[in-house]
Amino acid sequence: MSSDPEAASVTPLLAVTGLCSGYGPVRAVEQLDLHVMPGERVALVGGNGAGKSTLLHTLSGLHPARAGTIRIAGQDSTRWPAHRIVAAGLCQVPEGRQVFAPLSVEDNLRLGAYSRRDTEGVRRDLEQVYTLFPILAERRQQRAGTLSGGQQQMLAMGRALLGRPRLLLLDEPSMGLAPLLVEEIFRVIVALNEQQGVGILLVEQNARAALAIAARGYVMENGRIVKTAPAAQLLADDAVRRAYLGG
Amino acid sequence: MPEQLLQFLVTGVTVGAVYALVGLGFALIYNASDVVNFAQGEFVMLGALLAIALLGTGLSLPLAALAAILITVLVGLLLERVAIEPALGAPVVSTIIITIGAAMVLRGAALLLWGKDFHTLPSFSGDAPLNLGGATLLPQSLWVLGVTALLVLLVRAFFNRTLLGKALLACSCNRAAAQLVGINVRVMLRLAYGLSAGLGAVAGILIAPITFSSYDAGVMLGLKGFSAAIVGGIGHPLGAVVGGLLLGVLEALGAGLISSGYKDAIAFLFVLMVLFFEPTGLFGAASAERV
Repeated sequence: MSSDPEAASVTPLLAVTGLCSGYGPVRAVEQLDLHVMPGERVALVGGNGAGKSTLLHTLSGLHPARAGTIRIAGQDSTRWPAHRIVAAGLCQVPEGRQVFAPLSVEDNLRLGAYSRRDTEGVRRDLEQVYTLFPILAERRQQRAGTLSGGQQQMLAMGRALLGRPRLLLLDEPSMGLAPLLVEEIFRVIVALNEQQGVGILLVEQNARAALAIAARGYVMENGRIVKTAPAAQLLADDAVRRAYLGG
Repeated sequence: MPEQLLQFLVTGVTVGAVYALVGLGFALIYNASDVVNFAQGEFVMLGALLAIALLGTGLSLPLAALAAILITVLVGLLLERVAIEPALGAPVVSTIIITIGAAMVLRGAALLLWGKDFHTLPSFSGDAPLNLGGATLLPQSLWVLGVTALLVLLVRAFFNRTLLGKALLACSCNRAAAQLVGINVRVMLRLAYGLSAGLGAVAGILIAPITFSSYDAGVMLGLKGFSAAIVGGIGHPLGAVVGGLLLGVLEALGAGLISSGYKDAIAFLFVLMVLFFEPTGLFGAASAERV
């Protein structure tokens, strides 16, 4: 698949140009360009403090952009409030799961579909999430705060899926999880993409795992994209290997 | 003596029910935003004084009460829009201080409108006391208890049964995550302030025939309602109700058996004792959260 939005006739699902964002004097995101095509699987890797989470917060409307534009399927969403961005199909699995701890598993999932009005579709998607993560079905009445870290990650993903995303933004889904669980989470990400055509923007410090399942990758440093290439190429790149893959 | 105790109990439960309603208002806004709204008592005062004033213009009591509730809800929404929403994203403490300021403004406005006089509302269904095993029960007490019970059940159902209620809870436990699932936090805040103002107004109207209302009636009622909410475990609707009833009964017992001068002191001493032994309130078990 072509990765250049200008060359392709298809409108990118997400197109970011010249984006700047930050907190106070901190310029966390500087002149950033990035895009994701419909159904594409993209990884964005970078070290701690590269500005990855600020970028995702800005994309989801939790944090205002200072300059630049964000387009969702061609529509300028730069100044949209967060709930409108979700309704447009951009759903985020936030860093650190952020489940609604006092509410039940099922309530968490139902809240994921908060902006949807198609009751029948929501019921189907709920069943689908339970099929995807059977442990959530077993614990549907349990308070989300009592789940283990891995289960909370599954819940956070399920909750985002109930928003019926066209593009799923995942912020460090592997953080704090045992390797086996990371494998399972990543397998689900691939399955969602392949079976349902959900676009994926996977933001990870775990660069090796993220690039292994992505078609294309971005490397972010100090708020800027310093390198973009097919994921396989990045995995083989000497500079990337030294900086993010441990040699 | 047993009759006397029963009498204190009846009085206490009636007053306690009003505290419970005020406490419920605190719980609602706290649940939506982690903010303690110190203008809650002023909603109670507004409800009472507006109902009295509207009755004076010739409206029937039910209409005057309804209009008073609606106007108070509008005041609550206005407060949210002009004072709370612009401070969205500010620390919770700043917002709490804003509500203290809002309470002063509302009290000042009431002072200008109604002066310092005491006002009262006629009882909803007469003043002929009922006899309850030797204790007298005013018909108004039944109104207070009945309406409170109904509202408590409605608020509970709202939080436990409706997605809207759960969205409100979601806002307080994690605002960013709530936004990420598409909940409009501003709408939720408006909802919380509107509902709280409505609950406060109902409490004020219910108690207006029993006590005198004046521009500063909200101060003490607000404090008692806040006490009810923290005794029960703030943010816990049922806790606020139990806290309110306990507080009311203790006050009545203290006033009857010791001295009415100590009524408020006894109530607040009780709050301190509860917080000393159970810092999260009677119902507010420390939230279990794994990271």
